[in-house]
Amino acid sequence: MFQSSNFARSMAIAAGFAVFQSAHAATDDDLKDLREQVKQLREQYERRIDALEKRLQQAEQSAGKAEAVATKAEFAAQEVALQAGSRPVSEGAMNPGISLIMNGTYGNLSRDPATYRINGFAPSGGEVAPIGRGLSLGESELVLAANVDPNFRGTLIAKLGADDTVGIEEGFIQTLGLSNGLTARAGRFLAGVGYLNEIHPHAWDFADAPLASKVFLGNQLGEDGVQVKWVAPTDLYFDAGMELGRGRKFPAGPDNGRNKNGIGSANVFAHLGGDIGTDTAWQVGLSHLRTQPRDRTYQDADAAGINVTNSFSGSSRLWVLSGVLKWAPQGNSTINNLKLQGEYFSRDEGGDLVYDSGGASRGAQSGAYSSKQSGWYGQAVYQFAPQWRAGYRYDRLNAGSSSIGLVSGGARLAADFPVLERYSPTRNTWMIDWSGSEFSRWRLQFAQDKSRAGAPDNQVALQYIMSLGAHGVHKF
Amino acid sequence: MKATTSFSVFVALACLALPASAAVSVFACEPEWAALAQELGGDRVTVYAATTALQDVHHIEARPSLIARMRSADLVVCTGAELEAGWLPLLLTQSGNARVRPGSDGYFEASQFVVKLEIPKLLDRSQGDVHPGGNPHIHTDARNVARVAEALSARLAKIDAANAQVYASRSGAFLARWRAALARWEHEAQPLKGARIIVYHRDWSYLINWLGLVEAGSLEPKPGLPPTPGHLAELLGLMQREPARVIIYSAYNDPRAAAFLSERSKIAAAMLPYTVGGSDRAKDLFGLFDDTIARLLAGAK
Repeated sequence: MFQSSNFARSMAIAAGFAVFQSAHAATDDDLKDLREQVKQLREQYERRIDALEKRLQQAEQSAGKAEAVATKAEFAAQEVALQAGSRPVSEGAMNPGISLIMNGTYGNLSRDPATYRINGFAPSGGEVAPIGRGLSLGESELVLAANVDPNFRGTLIAKLGADDTVGIEEGFIQTLGLSNGLTARAGRFLAGVGYLNEIHPHAWDFADAPLASKVFLGNQLGEDGVQVKWVAPTDLYFDAGMELGRGRKFPAGPDNGRNKNGIGSANVFAHLGGDIGTDTAWQVGLSHLRTQPRDRTYQDADAAGINVTNSFSGSSRLWVLSGVLKWAPQGNSTINNLKLQGEYFSRDEGGDLVYDSGGASRGAQSGAYSSKQSGWYGQAVYQFAPQWRAGYRYDRLNAGSSSIGLVSGGARLAADFPVLERYSPTRNTWMIDWSGSEFSRWRLQFAQDKSRAGAPDNQVALQYIMSLGAHGVHKF
Repeated sequence: MKATTSFSVFVALACLALPASAAVSVFACEPEWAALAQELGGDRVTVYAATTALQDVHHIEARPSLIARMRSADLVVCTGAELEAGWLPLLLTQSGNARVRPGSDGYFEASQFVVKLEIPKLLDRSQGDVHPGGNPHIHTDARNVARVAEALSARLAKIDAANAQVYASRSGAFLARWRAALARWEHEAQPLKGARIIVYHRDWSYLINWLGLVEAGSLEPKPGLPPTPGHLAELLGLMQREPARVIIYSAYNDPRAAAFLSERSKIAAAMLPYTVGGSDRAKDLFGLFDDTIARLLAGAK
């Protein structure tokens, strides 16, 4: 105690000395003033030090009285600081959080997945085929994420394909510092179209996407663009947002987007959500995606059995209505819980369809094309015991109405567009999974897939999904 | 001129009306911090508890309702130490509320103000769901509640300086009552000193440390993994050689494993409220510890 007050005194004197030194050329009056000031300073300091000493003594006394309780937050904070200080600090301390998702499958399919198609719908060009036969490594995901500075957070998700390809699934920055419920992101991200599209495949409840996601979004739509979202200041959850994108994937076209300035796709969405008591939480969403595809191509075989490339140019408008409901007794999902989920897709396309744009068969011919198609799925997943879940999903696509000018005008036969022939695919899927911990999951899935007209496919899939590294966070 | 006057009257009235409606909106991740914020803030705060005592706070969905509540919060009070790692970060990024961003005054992590136990020497998930920052269940030691109360009261005073006096006096009154209760609890718990207990999850380490109990084992084979028959059989063997006084589990745990072991080992199982709302008596923080110690004493008879 004496040491500290002596130290403070000598500091005050030293400070005074410094004032003297800088003022060596001053007059006597100035010096007198300065002396007076130093004296005052010294007195001030002494008074304050005395007061501090008194307070310290008082604090010590009261601390002594309450010896059983060391309630001084400062002491605790110091001890905590000690704990933190004992941790070795290396260059790696500022590395982004890293996590790795690994998955592998065993598939037993009654039909060759290479011949997979979804009849009645223009192929979306995405990774829509079912899992491969036999043992395969699935897609691995490498996630790197960290805060950039007080304003931004960056996330990169690389997908490492079993076929030795590397792709960017997501790579975006998002704001941390905006207020009033606003958030913005830029880069590549899973588009806010419907519910499941924004969720990473490793967190899906089934080993594959719904048929509707396959035909309307090319399995999963990741868009290059910007997103702005606003959350309303109400107890009932409401958000609304907009995404402007490059149009790099189906339903826009061509692949990787058009070579033009401006916007290639626009999506608006809104969600409403809340709780019913403590047991149930729900969310509904509506989104609308508009694109102007140019030369969006797909492969088909014409009436002569020759492989041709057809291409569509025009406009595509997609509406998606989604709903999710999660139930758990008292909101405690660890023992039992139920998740219901469904989405309805409706799409209008209009423009021109070019038959055999590559001139492989009878040469390019162009005609008007329009279609109004829809599809939906509904699924239920129930955790019937800790670690065990079972689920069922029903998929249905409605071929709806479509008109091909080349066919109605008699220039080509309907058989020249076999994949577009009117057909409404369905699929039934059952699954059961076991999660040894929240970081690992094994899943057995059986599907009866009637995507191909007149050729049902029985698919059995055994899958593991494991996540390593930084703790993941999952959307509702 | 008249318009100006009526405008100033309006502004003056609005200013008068403000304090009543401008209570600090507190978003508490856990019921214990909700209760504490209510004790310290009184009518100057409105408190929303994101979870209940019957939920496992490790596994909470980032529900829309939670995002909506965080959107308008002035102060987020959570445990930290990765307890909420699976859902809190999402709420923070989705809610678009810069007031409660980590590092700002509106973000309060209780675990930063206490000394944490069980900081793992080996960080490896083969050891279960380990928390790198140490055991996060800090509030089961009542002394920690006092430490957090001091820090939280100071934080409330900082973000709502106009009511700093109120917070200071409420905190003084609360701590005085708490110290008296602490002395009582410690006295009541004297017979438990050295008692061997079986826990469900290691969310009782701070209580064990505080009251001088001895953890003889846990129903979970590894932290965060549900009990397995093999592990329970092993525990039963241990209990036959060296019996424990009581088996404890939390209100949110599945009671079956504790009942199974209790039945076969003839050791009483006691459900502890774990946090505010976990039992009828645990209506507030005082009731929580009254009931916890009463149930421990009854179980360990």
